[in-house]
Amino acid sequence: MSTLSRDEVARVAALARIDLTPGELDRLAGELDVIVESVARVSEVATPDVPATSHPLPLTNVFRADEPVAPLDRDEVLAQAPAAQDGKFLVPQILGEEA
Amino acid sequence: MSTTTSVDLVDYDDAVARFDPVIGIEVHVELGTRTKMFDGAEQSFGEQPNTQITPVSLGLPGALPAVNGTAVEYAIRIGLALNCSIAESCRFARKNYFYPDVPKNFQTSQYDEPIAHDGWVDVELEDGTTFRVEIERAHMEEDAGKNTHVGGSTGRIHGAEYSLVDYNRAGVPLVEIVTRPITGAGERAPEVARAYVQTLRDLFRALGVSEARMERGNVRADVNVSLRPTPESALGTRTETKNVNSFRSVERAVRYEISRQAAVLDGGGTVVQETRHWHEDTGSTTSGRVKSDAEDYRYFPEPDLVPIVPDPAWVEEIRASLPELPAARRRRLQGEWGYADAEMRDVVNAGAVELIEATVAAGASPAAARKWWMGELARTAKQQEVELAELPITPAQIGALQQLVDSGRINDKLARQVLEGVLAGEGDPEQVVVARGLEVVSDDGPLLEAIDAALAAQPDIAEKIRGGNLGPVGAIIGAVMKATRGQADAGRVRELVLERVQG
Repeated sequence: MSTLSRDEVARVAALARIDLTPGELDRLAGELDVIVESVARVSEVATPDVPATSHPLPLTNVFRADEPVAPLDRDEVLAQAPAAQDGKFLVPQILGEEA
Repeated sequence: MSTTTSVDLVDYDDAVARFDPVIGIEVHVELGTRTKMFDGAEQSFGEQPNTQITPVSLGLPGALPAVNGTAVEYAIRIGLALNCSIAESCRFARKNYFYPDVPKNFQTSQYDEPIAHDGWVDVELEDGTTFRVEIERAHMEEDAGKNTHVGGSTGRIHGAEYSLVDYNRAGVPLVEIVTRPITGAGERAPEVARAYVQTLRDLFRALGVSEARMERGNVRADVNVSLRPTPESALGTRTETKNVNSFRSVERAVRYEISRQAAVLDGGGTVVQETRHWHEDTGSTTSGRVKSDAEDYRYFPEPDLVPIVPDPAWVEEIRASLPELPAARRRRLQGEWGYADAEMRDVVNAGAVELIEATVAAGASPAAARKWWMGELARTAKQQEVELAELPITPAQIGALQQLVDSGRINDKLARQVLEGVLAGEGDPEQVVVARGLEVVSDDGPLLEAIDAALAAQPDIAEKIRGGNLGPVGAIIGAVMKATRGQADAGRVRELVLERVQG
């Protein structure tokens, strides 16, 4: 049974700004479904005494001292941007939302 | 885009008489650490654009974040000061969205596991009563860069041809503090909202975690407002007014939304759950975007950062190191200064606590310090429509001014002229006294001359005094003060008049 619909894939793709053709949508819906089902199978195996985990590393509290490092060279950075002006990155008109 | 299309508003008093407002406030505070939240780029206000950037600030491929330990400590400090529980374990999450000021295409934040939760803070209102605001959570995140919209007439996004982005602010540590729905404030909801934000601002400063300067955007508030028919009804639909950045605006924004939503409900409409924008110039809000698909942030745990498990011993160490908090400090100072409750309340409401404290430290008595700041200076600030602290005069200068009065070199009347000079940028009180020649005339010669002239000009009064009627002495003293442009010591003039007439 399919758990991930083609529409859902299209929606997630739109949210992630990934432009997919109809053919790609069909293919990915199928492929992603296999992944989701595989993960679901793991959930079946997991018993309540296995806590959910987001980080496989047995590490916590990795902190950096609050000490400055040298910044990047601005001119060098801006030289790699598509456009710059007045020491700032120049980006195209932002639509759809008020700042 | 500031619209001037007419919006129906219900008179505020009418609105709160018929509806029960519920508010909720999200406050963001920029932490005053030396470096950013997840990288060692220095952060300080007002630097040249894009000079405080690293690969992490710019979200360059392969760049890895590393948590600023001091920022975590500051977040815990804030949590403890807000009577929160500190999480035994918490983690960061990615909030995914696309906007040019977020170079990584996600903001690193905390979602389901904030560092602090379930607290409260008591907020003092203007009449001295206390209102308890419950805190749902305080979590760590990072600030975005700054967009400047170019082109178009307003500098706002609509009509802009392009935007310029400065990433100095991208990655600056933030703590976001979220209240539970604030109920029971009724008609005082706007005042509670303002007092709450002000309380937090004072707290941040006292804790030393932020300069907390509103005008620099160190502290920013999002204000949620909803209405319901009665306190027993279910919560109504809320709107969220973003980036309200002064105390006064917080109060006005809540007030405006109450009037606007009441009108919508009166008209049989429904309030739309949406983001609204605050317009300082018109004192109104306008619709931003409706909560929708675009708000699906697809949060997930940040894989590049390991969880934070604050050692209870560390938390207790931080708790023990918390400074005296503002409310306790105010109570202590009131006792030390001997101010009545109403006097202290006025001082607090005028934002004069620190100023008076510094003035007292500079040698003035608490009574004198209060007299200056709450009198002459408060009037000046009001006239100029600025905060007391913004006046171009320092507590040290007021202390010096009062010492000039105490030592008898100037009297109260001259002191006001000296004050005027200091405010006009003529220098310290001593310099103004010298430059304007404002010292009290202590040499009897010129005083006697003026007294003789006054007596000659009013012979009938002179006669009465001679006859033992001291009532009219004031008229002579007044004339002498006028002749010496206020620079005489009235007590000395009186002595001299009596000597002259009776001696």
